[in-house]
Amino acid sequence: MSLLEVKDLKVAYGGIRAVRGIDLAIDEGELVCLIGANGAGKSSVLKGLMGLVHHGGEVRFAGARLNGLPTHAIAAKGMALVPEGRGIFARLSVAENLDMGAYTRRDAGQVRLDLNRVYDLFPRLAERRAQLAGTLSGGEQQMLALGRAIMAKPRLMLLDEPSMGLAPLVVRKIYRTIVDIASEGATILLVEQNANLALQVSRRGYVMESGSVALTGASQVLAADPMVKAAYLGE
Amino acid sequence: MPNVPEWLRRHPRLAFGLLAVLLAVLPFIVGAGLGRGWVRVLDFALLYAMLALGLNIVVGYAGLLDLGYIAFYALGAYLFAWLSSPQFGLHLPFWLVLPSGALLAGGFGVLLGAPTLRLRGDYLAIVTLGFGEIVRIFMNNLDAPVNITNGPQGINLIDPISIGGVSLGVRHTILGVHVFPPTFYYYLFLFFTLFTILVAMRLQDSRIGRAWAAIREDEVAAAAMGIDTRSVKLLAFAMGASFGGLAGGLFAAFQGFISPESFNLMESVMILCMIVLGGMGNIPGVILGAVLLTVLPEALRYLGAWQRATLGHVVVDPNDLRMLLFGLAMVAMMLFRPAGLLPSRQRKREFRAEDGVAGQEAASLYDAQA
Repeated sequence: MSLLEVKDLKVAYGGIRAVRGIDLAIDEGELVCLIGANGAGKSSVLKGLMGLVHHGGEVRFAGARLNGLPTHAIAAKGMALVPEGRGIFARLSVAENLDMGAYTRRDAGQVRLDLNRVYDLFPRLAERRAQLAGTLSGGEQQMLALGRAIMAKPRLMLLDEPSMGLAPLVVRKIYRTIVDIASEGATILLVEQNANLALQVSRRGYVMESGSVALTGASQVLAADPMVKAAYLGE
Repeated sequence: MPNVPEWLRRHPRLAFGLLAVLLAVLPFIVGAGLGRGWVRVLDFALLYAMLALGLNIVVGYAGLLDLGYIAFYALGAYLFAWLSSPQFGLHLPFWLVLPSGALLAGGFGVLLGAPTLRLRGDYLAIVTLGFGEIVRIFMNNLDAPVNITNGPQGINLIDPISIGGVSLGVRHTILGVHVFPPTFYYYLFLFFTLFTILVAMRLQDSRIGRAWAAIREDEVAAAAMGIDTRSVKLLAFAMGASFGGLAGGLFAAFQGFISPESFNLMESVMILCMIVLGGMGNIPGVILGAVLLTVLPEALRYLGAWQRATLGHVVVDPNDLRMLLFGLAMVAMMLFRPAGLLPSRQRKREFRAEDGVAGQEAASLYDAQA
């Protein structure tokens, strides 16, 4: 059985149907991407999974039904969201932000090890650990948001547009880290507008179009698909 | 001359001891030097310190702008009046009434918090402002059909606090020295203020304190970290309100008389100003703000006498001057010390770091290249 199983997920804002019933499945240890154009409903899928918006359909995570659970309870079950726009705590220090990531954890010793690991992954954060997070650059804030999610030691990490608004070099650095943590066994659902990048690093992918899944399959196959090429890869 | 602050910093125990001695003898020094009226001012400074610390939990820690905080003070005061005055013929002991007042106010804190959970910033401020006015207007009008609050006349002859059969409301002679009620209340209020400080400090460093800081910064991210934002926010409202209720009970016993006009919007604004002036989120700053804004208006009263002595008549009423200087002080503060007189470490960093971002952006780009 898959770690995450989503059946017929629907999200609507008033009369606008952002997600019109999609199915998803993610196995333990997989890096799966969800790509699509602006407004295709990708972020709404993540919000639905995390319980941030009212949704229909069924979400099963590690065998348990998540429907109707509040966000904090879903987080406690081991799902971590790196929200669009990063959602860092601007007026807390870098160290305090990372500390908040481990809010639900009780294993203080292991938390300290994970903190060292985050600082190893992002030496920049270690240098700036006492600095207010709001004064970090965009790339550093994205690193902090990723690091904070790692601190939660989640069973599934949801990444919402980690490349958004960042310089290409910084994006490359962030993606190198995503690949690193995935190769260490993390399970990741990666939502991206930058389809090229997402298909390069992921094993499987879903292509969303106006609220529905238009295509799914191995990332290599998707990258070679003429429709995907035309619509998202600019070829 | 030796550097006194530096010397105190190096001997924290001694500094603490000196402070304790100073606080212990303060009412006698003030009473002898400035007159007994000033001991009352000290008492009010302590009451406002308690209120400001309570409101600081809601505004400073959890970031929920509450403009109706005085309502909780009113609820505590009225409960004290109902349970120990001739109004209903009840005369319950203070150790029962004070906690009940705190509990009642805390309950109303949740009552205010629950429907406003989704509101933030300006919207929350407007709703809480309305709440404060509703409570005051209820107190003003609940004298008919059944007389509960005695309306605008207020409730009189409230029992003073008495400990072990000794009333704090009358003069006692201890070792040949006359000690007056404000001095007794000073020690009582000092005790409760220290208690409030202790709780506020513990809360700030606790798991709850960290959760408040997180929802203050970003509520969605906080929920995604596993923080139950609903209950944590309600807890902030309840904790803040309880201290308001406690201070209200003390106020009623101390004054012996309460009426709705003591609990108007201006009072809520004043307490908020104490926090902003002193340094939001920082306990010593909040206390400093409360003391300054209680003592300075009183000191301004001397200006009336001074005008009469030098000019023969009062040209500017000190009361008007008070609001003018108050406004000027606020403007000056926003210009020169926007984070407050004694800002918290965090806010100090925040105001210092504002222009460093562009340089860092370049630096981190450089890093990515490396």
